[in-house]
Amino acid sequence: MSGIVAVIDYGMGNLHSVASALEHVGASEVVVTHDADVIRQADRVVFPGVGGIRDCMSEIRRLKCDELLAQALTQQQVPVLAICVGLQALMSRSEENDGVDCLDTIPGEVRYFGNPLTDAEGARLKVPHMGWNEVHQTMNHPLWAGIPDMTRFYFVHSYYAHAWDRSLLAGSVQYGVSADAALARDNLFAVQFHPEKSATAGLRLLKNFLEWNGQC
Amino acid sequence: MGLAKRIIPCLDVENGRVVKGVNFVDIRDAGDPVEIAMRYNEQGADELCFLDITASHEGRDTTVHTVEQIAEHVFIPLTVGGGIRAIEDIRTMLNAGADKVSINTAAIHNPELVRESAQRFGSQCIIVAIDAKRVDDVEGQPRWEIFTHGGRKPTGIDAVAWAMRMAELGAGEILLTSMDRDGTKNGFELGVTRAITDAVEIPVIASGGVGTLDHLVDGVIQGGADAVLAASIFHFGEYTVPQAKAYMAQHGIEVRR
Repeated sequence: MSGIVAVIDYGMGNLHSVASALEHVGASEVVVTHDADVIRQADRVVFPGVGGIRDCMSEIRRLKCDELLAQALTQQQVPVLAICVGLQALMSRSEENDGVDCLDTIPGEVRYFGNPLTDAEGARLKVPHMGWNEVHQTMNHPLWAGIPDMTRFYFVHSYYAHAWDRSLLAGSVQYGVSADAALARDNLFAVQFHPEKSATAGLRLLKNFLEWNGQC
Repeated sequence: MGLAKRIIPCLDVENGRVVKGVNFVDIRDAGDPVEIAMRYNEQGADELCFLDITASHEGRDTTVHTVEQIAEHVFIPLTVGGGIRAIEDIRTMLNAGADKVSINTAAIHNPELVRESAQRFGSQCIIVAIDAKRVDDVEGQPRWEIFTHGGRKPTGIDAVAWAMRMAELGAGEILLTSMDRDGTKNGFELGVTRAITDAVEIPVIASGGVGTLDHLVDGVIQGGADAVLAASIFHFGEYTVPQAKAYMAQHGIEVRR
């Protein structure tokens, strides 16, 4: 049973697609909210995000979503899935918007892809990193169940995360640099790509999340 | 290996119905955008693009409802273009479930709309559509100018310079349509495609003129496009998305399969 899935809404963009993808793969009840009472009672929490990190962080703090997230992770100990800027917000600091302090939940930094960015053969790579790229699974994890290694997921971002503790790396993606595509620790799984926009593979990951007991 | 080149089928939508129809085998209703979107999704399209050609206000409300329905059923990125004139239009489409909007004429009338919308919603969801036509200079050197009103009205704006300016203002992607080629099935105008892909850092979607699978290959290899958009070759069953991908892969292009 997936129970109640709370998608944390801090006002930065449309979260309907995350919610409808979760419903599509069988979530019985998905609530898009920043209501503390609802999130406290949720059985699973999704922490999404789009847009610039400075605005995201200021709204996360203003609406006390940082506290709710910390509580979900450590007190409720429910499965938590962070997506895209949600993952970046978990890091210590981002280079975006002239440097922004983030939540420091996963120590590490968020870096610009660089301009110019080139691949191993010296060909120029566009920024943002937009489209379907292969994710190398660097960890066995319940959220990868049924998804072959090097499956493509949909990415769109100009900044990428790099966690200091490399043992937390669950998936990596090559785009001029090796970027952290997925990070995992205890009941937290964080992805840089958009599972809700990644067709079958993304839906499988979301289904795995609904079935996950929060243990690696 | 790395990022795949994208294939994007494009549908014209009017009053919530796909016009010109789409001829898939076994399709119940050739005008139902949700059914058609699901088919392209099943075929492995990397994204979908809807061009709203509805004139009336009421009709546009229907389109919003259509976008909502598609977003409930199809889990790949969805772009909506046509009639996006103001921040409010963008918000409406994003709230309905579009992942990106494409701004065309409104960017020419008010370039600040691009900056403002990129700041508000993020560059990732702002595509600037450029309709370019070749207008060689006095020495016969190739030059491309932006045209509006379906290619009838020149603006005097150089397409390459405009693409660079739009990127600076915060556009996340350029959708480049060659008005000389659109509907001709003679292939992309590769000169302007290459000129713009070389000039900007952001991804470029090539559009206009696809008639064969070789055209898709040329758009990527010669034009340097990051994505190729096509309508009729897919709609009328000439080629499927998997056939297009297989052909591109044979020519050394990385695709998602």
